[in-house]
Amino acid sequence: MSKIKVNEEIQEVTLPLSLTELIRTNSATPEMVSVQLNGDFIPQEKFPSTGLQDGDEVDLLYFMGGGAR
Amino acid sequence: MDFTPEQVERYSRHILLQDVGVEGQERIHSGKILVIGAGGLGAPVLLYLAAAGVGTIGVIDGDTVDLSNLQRQVIHFTPDVGKAKVLSAKEKISLINPDVKVITYHDLFTAQNAFDLIEDYDFIVDGTDSFPVKFLINDACVMKGKPFSHGGILRFDGQTMTHLPGTACYRCVFHSPPPPDAVPTCSQAGVLGAIAGMLGTIQAAETLKFLTGAGTLLTNKLLSFNAKNMSFRTVKLHKNQHCPVCGEHPVITELAEGEQAFCEIKNRKSQA
Ligand SMILES: [Zn+2]
Repeated sequence: MSKIKVNEEIQEVTLPLSLTELIRTNSATPEMVSVQLNGDFIPQEKFPSTGLQDGDEVDLLYFMGGGAR
Repeated sequence: MDFTPEQVERYSRHILLQDVGVEGQERIHSGKILVIGAGGLGAPVLLYLAAAGVGTIGVIDGDTVDLSNLQRQVIHFTPDVGKAKVLSAKEKISLINPDVKVITYHDLFTAQNAFDLIEDYDFIVDGTDSFPVKFLINDACVMKGKPFSHGGILRFDGQTMTHLPGTACYRCVFHSPPPPDAVPTCSQAGVLGAIAGMLGTIQAAETLKFLTGAGTLLTNKLLSFNAKNMSFRTVKLHKNQHCPVCGEHPVITELAEGEQAFCEIKNRKSQA
């Protein structure tokens, strides 16, 4: 098992694992998150081809659009 | 400027604060703030900026007060149902603090009026509820070098970041609006009323920090919280070199409305 930090919490995962797969196992879809991998933003079209490594730090940032109505 | 004895008393808790003092209160007094949206987020922002003595507050909102707003939009009262939100907000601001000059715009924030609206203000607060308008506020502010506070809420969650010219912008983090049905809005998925107060007061505090120069702003950071377990998290960000509006090769060079029309039509269809 490899360890990846997702939003500051350690998750045990089996490699190889793409960003898209990690997003889905975290109950999200690629359309509803923005992703920082080790501090760098990854464009959405690169989620499927971005493979994760042991020790990676991932931030899943969720769209939040509410405010007025 | 010289404060009257009444003003010294009214603002005494600011004047006592080492990081604000008379000088900071004078800066608040000469500050001009535009609040976009007089709803869930705009309500606490407007109330606190009015109480703080911000000299000029602009407020833009095209809506009227609805009964379903009163669960969280604390600047509007039961007798205000049916009244323009900007008028209802202006009445409360004037009652809280007659020192404040209020400028109301009963209108939508659009690509056509964006530059004219933000031009006269020092700092802009995003209290809107649609992604297309949030992106429009970002693009207009980045292009004109205006600082602003982004805010978003949903269900039990909130997020906010502050942008100053040269720091990460909203598009650095969120490249473009999500597909219309990928992320629900509050009117579709609901929101705990107090969440609007929690996030709106953070935006008000950032505004007052900006005016007074106190402390460190939420620049190059995204603060998000979940009130179910009361967890707060601050994610460090940096300017994204691929950002479509502030990156090395910007592709957005003028304001566009297209995305909004698409989203609203889709929303109407899904609500029908
Ligand atoms: Zn940017």
